[in-house]
Amino acid sequence: MKKGHIIGIGIIAIAIVIIMTSIGDASSYETFDTAWEMKEDGQDKAIHVVGQLKKDTAGEVTGLNVREDKTSFTFVLVDNDGTEQEVFYNEPVPADFTRSESVVVIGSYKNKDIFIADKILMKCPSKYQETEVQAAGM
Amino acid sequence: MINTFIGNLGHMMTIVAFVSALVTAFAYFQYFKANELEKASWKRFSRVSFYIHAVSSIMIAFSLFEIIYNHRFEYFYAYSHSSMALPVHYMISSFWEGQEGAFILWIFWNVILGFFLIHTNKVWEAPVMIVFALVQAFLVSMILGVVIVDFKIGSSPFILLRDATQAPIFQMNPDFIPEDGTGLNPLLQNIWMVIHPPTLFLGYASTLIPFAYLIGGLVTKKYSEWIRPALPWAIFSAMILGMGILMGAYWAYVTLNFGGYWNWDPVENAVYVPWLIMVAAIHTMITFKKSATALKTSIVLVILSFILVLYATFLTRSGILGDASVHSFTDLGLSGQLFIYLIFFTLVAIFLSARAWKHIPSSEKEASVYSREFWIFIGATTLGLMGFQVILPTSIPAWNAMVESFGGISNMAPPADQVEFYTKFQLWFGIALALLTAVGQFFWWQKMDKKALKDALLTPYIISVVISALIIVLAKVYDWKYMILVVAGTFTIVANAVILSRLMKKSTFKLAGGSLAHIGLGMMLVGIMFSSGYSETISINMSGLTYSNSWEDELNKEHVLLWINKPLQMKDYTVIYRGRQKKVVGIPEFVPAKILESTDQVNEAIALEDYKDYFKKGDKVNIVLEENDYFKIDYYQNEVMKFSLSPMSQFNAGMGGLISSPDSKIFIDKDLYTYVAAMNDYEDPEWKEDQFYEVSPGEQFHIADYVTYFDGAEVLREIDDYVLQEGDVAVKAKLRILDYDVEKKIEPTFIIRNNQVGKLHVVDNELGIKVTLDNILPEQNKFVFKVNQYQKDYVVMKAIVKPYINVLWIGSLIMLVGFTVAIYRRFDEFKKMRDKGLE
Repeated sequence: MKKGHIIGIGIIAIAIVIIMTSIGDASSYETFDTAWEMKEDGQDKAIHVVGQLKKDTAGEVTGLNVREDKTSFTFVLVDNDGTEQEVFYNEPVPADFTRSESVVVIGSYKNKDIFIADKILMKCPSKYQETEVQAAGM
Repeated sequence: MINTFIGNLGHMMTIVAFVSALVTAFAYFQYFKANELEKASWKRFSRVSFYIHAVSSIMIAFSLFEIIYNHRFEYFYAYSHSSMALPVHYMISSFWEGQEGAFILWIFWNVILGFFLIHTNKVWEAPVMIVFALVQAFLVSMILGVVIVDFKIGSSPFILLRDATQAPIFQMNPDFIPEDGTGLNPLLQNIWMVIHPPTLFLGYASTLIPFAYLIGGLVTKKYSEWIRPALPWAIFSAMILGMGILMGAYWAYVTLNFGGYWNWDPVENAVYVPWLIMVAAIHTMITFKKSATALKTSIVLVILSFILVLYATFLTRSGILGDASVHSFTDLGLSGQLFIYLIFFTLVAIFLSARAWKHIPSSEKEASVYSREFWIFIGATTLGLMGFQVILPTSIPAWNAMVESFGGISNMAPPADQVEFYTKFQLWFGIALALLTAVGQFFWWQKMDKKALKDALLTPYIISVVISALIIVLAKVYDWKYMILVVAGTFTIVANAVILSRLMKKSTFKLAGGSLAHIGLGMMLVGIMFSSGYSETISINMSGLTYSNSWEDELNKEHVLLWINKPLQMKDYTVIYRGRQKKVVGIPEFVPAKILESTDQVNEAIALEDYKDYFKKGDKVNIVLEENDYFKIDYYQNEVMKFSLSPMSQFNAGMGGLISSPDSKIFIDKDLYTYVAAMNDYEDPEWKEDQFYEVSPGEQFHIADYVTYFDGAEVLREIDDYVLQEGDVAVKAKLRILDYDVEKKIEPTFIIRNNQVGKLHVVDNELGIKVTLDNILPEQNKFVFKVNQYQKDYVVMKAIVKPYINVLWIGSLIMLVGFTVAIYRRFDEFKKMRDKGLE
């Protein structure tokens, strides 16, 4: 076998490893129901859930509960199927969090009662057609 | 009055630029085909049409800047990207905050590069400029803003606000001009944002040059000659693109609060990959010049680097990244157009190279393991795989969009922990690169066999093992992966330093580019390893609060809550938050915000107290961006104040809330990086219920938790902002409130006029209290104070130590110097050949 072939096989092997890990490590967009099913199946992988903050009849955000030391908080997120879920985030409340139009939480279920977000992405309404996406730290 | 002239001028110039770009392409095509007799006239015509294109492109940029500079808020672009309060250098950032401005910047650079090419080339002018003009036509079409049968071509930056929005005000008054714009995104109000985008876009623009030479070479059947003129530009492109990426990283480090310089965000990845490929292309091109191999690889890599730049533009500008990126890019509905642009050049490049493929010379000879070609090829492959590993997951949103456009459903999301995901691969690629650059350089400069290689590598190997051992022990690098990285990084630094010293002895500095760039690479790897791998959050919350959930106790709280004036132990430091500050024009230090009262005018305030020698009470001062608050955090060690940091936050209603920027203390061996994550909002406090205190002068009592002394009262003859009349009685009570080491004077006033009582209360935002002298009881010699509480001022802060980050920055600079030297050398070679009449 020529050296060129060995190298070629090596490159292909590495490329396959890269593709496989990319697929394997890719996260997915879920709803809270499917996320809980995954948790029950023993999959602890962090997933994405898209939803809105729970609002009362007056349109005010409810369920926001900031811890006494202000370094973490919980909130209620309603996913696109309408499922409500309390979510914990181990960071201070991001600025303009309550104004966000939609929220993407990346994380996983701790138990049935609480979903732990490792990261939050927010989509905020701005004037006119401007939209702004902002992340709240890692 | 609405000024429509400048917008019309800009729009007209856009159309002229578009048409002239097409004419230029056509003219150069004719020049290229023409016979010797007609060549001269076609050449003149081509150049004239390019100059028309150049002038109109510059006029587009001028018109847009005129709109921003003169605050013409009747234009949507100025309204949504600028504001009255913005200093001039940030108006420049406003220019390219929007996508249209960014495209104009790109167009502008291409024009400048086009000038260079016309005037440095002889035979290459026509084919290269055809490609150039076509690219320009595509770019200008992005800002054309013409609608043809439901299909929007480009988005014009010159549209009026009334046309861009359906705001009801315009129905009542079409000539309405807003007083002020919504302002520039505060994150972009940074000096790096003034220079980072132009650098990056120059990098984008310059990837076109090697591509244009290649296409020219393929068309004119000069399958290998294109390398020489293309090489200096490829190095230039890699250098500028690299510099742009580094500036972006540095900007992120000093302005954004994600805690680092690189986050593996799709937008970052999208530029990183073409850079890697361009660097790989440089290496194979240099190999080709030396030994006539790797031509096909070079062709593929040059095409790939240009196409990847287009792909990066497509990803970041089409809105496809949507939820996946922290960067905000508006979808202007140009994704279709960008896609056509991408596909067009991809197909042309593939077609032309496929047609020429069998004519392209390649060496059949198998490269020996002891040849430099072999090692360079392995290096280029590593770079290629590095890029592949990054671009693949970055494209997940594009993949989803593609599946959905075919009616399928794909719920794939990018990896949840991007930093961890990319690092686990890129770390090993980085190690491989470091080793290859160390070994490769020896192959490069001398003929090698087994024995010579051993001899050459032995000394650098021993030196670098000794140095890495020292680093590992002294800096406590105990992770095995990082140990390997330190060894590899040190090895490439030492090996290349040896080569460098030999080259300097024997010949000129001109040849030093490679070894310098590689030394830079080694330093960058080591710097990245330390500053990221060993970055340590020191603001761990030790408040000892117990949480209702047991699992919550296990989580590290990586922020600390700092109440004003209250010391808190944070690793080696005691930190104290001392209140908010403002930046005032003409004063080199921050000024406490509490002594400034803002007026109705933008960025203006009245001083409530004297401040050092800078201003007196009652003076009017100008604030640099009044929305910015700088939080003074003092750092003490052993009871001695060492330094003070002032992380910034800005409340910007127009941009949707609060944005904060870090501040770092830079030491030689580390950075202490801090930012404020949350803060008190005392704009509109909800005061708690009244509390009353009856106190005699001289007495000590507690207001909330504060020890308070009532030092007595005084009858006033005059009061600020209030005219006392005959018979009025005004009494001021003097309270001293102690808050840790700070003593505050609070002096509420009580006025009696014609049996009517007036009370002037005092609000202290820092303590969160409102004190009113509510009544005076002369017979008991007591004063009644009414106190309302809100909340003491606080910040929630994060502090991270980043060791040896300076090694990264120094390494980056050395690498850039290396690139510069290499550009000089290669351009010199090209010039010599050209002047001999060979090219």
